[in-house]
Amino acid sequence: MSDHEQTKLIATAMNEGSPQAKALGFTTLEIGDAVAILKVPYRPEIVGDPETGVIAGGVVTTLLDHASGQAVHAAMETFTSIATLDLRIDYMRAAEPGLDVLARAHCYKLTRSIAFVRAVAYDRDPEDPVATAQATFMLDSSAGKKPGANLKPPRAKTGSTGQ
Amino acid sequence: MSEVDTRLVSMLDSIPYARFLGIKAELAGDEMTAILPFAHHIVGNPMLPAIHGGVLGAFMEMTALAQLSVAAPMKRQPRTIDVSIEYLRSGRPLTTYARASIKKLGRRIANVHVEAWQETRSAPIATMRGLFLVAPSDD
Repeated sequence: MSDHEQTKLIATAMNEGSPQAKALGFTTLEIGDAVAILKVPYRPEIVGDPETGVIAGGVVTTLLDHASGQAVHAAMETFTSIATLDLRIDYMRAAEPGLDVLARAHCYKLTRSIAFVRAVAYDRDPEDPVATAQATFMLDSSAGKKPGANLKPPRAKTGSTGQ
Repeated sequence: MSEVDTRLVSMLDSIPYARFLGIKAELAGDEMTAILPFAHHIVGNPMLPAIHGGVLGAFMEMTALAQLSVAAPMKRQPRTIDVSIEYLRSGRPLTTYARASIKKLGRRIANVHVEAWQETRSAPIATMRGLFLVAPSDD
């Protein structure tokens, strides 16, 4: 299996297997060479301002986060778990009501522990962005964690009340 | 219901995406707590499972917008200029809470900080700082 085929499988698993991505209808249009392009289809349920019909900023946040994660997977040679450390988004303008929103993310630097990503969200033209984002990801984030790890209570809580 | 209560409820009810996520809010005086009940469709990583980071970002942005609606009547909904989200802990399959602190509410710009937590308030799972373009009513 080529690297690109593996990355495409990861992208499909991330869109179909992630309940929130599935609920929003995310699809990956292109993926490979540290770049991912994703789409969220416009629909009335995800509007943020009922007066204008503009898609909620939060949906764009989720799309940018998801696209950035896929760009990291497209940059890595082997699969490892990742987690967003921080995400900074500038909202340039409102997305045009009725149009699908796309996000193009590029993982431009990968170190042993951290991935750095830039992403842009747009409706017609990437040169006329709705929003731009900068994100960092931790690599191998669930090292040692088994599936279902979050179903158990955390071991030690910072600032716990000692109960 | 007080005038502020009414403003908050009508604001959250009117936003389709807030309903999509299931966001609610409770008010004690002028202190608001936003509530994101756990639901399957907000999961991002089904293996752990963990709430999607984007949903936590969206929830905190909505908390900031709700807190602004509590603080002052607005001519129109504030527009988000930028947000900076920091992820501290994985969002477990539990109810998530958030509170916003308005650092500055000017005639045009508002600066709002938000913190989200689950079981332990002193161990937040994510924080956000946001800038918003606002239009407070003149009266």
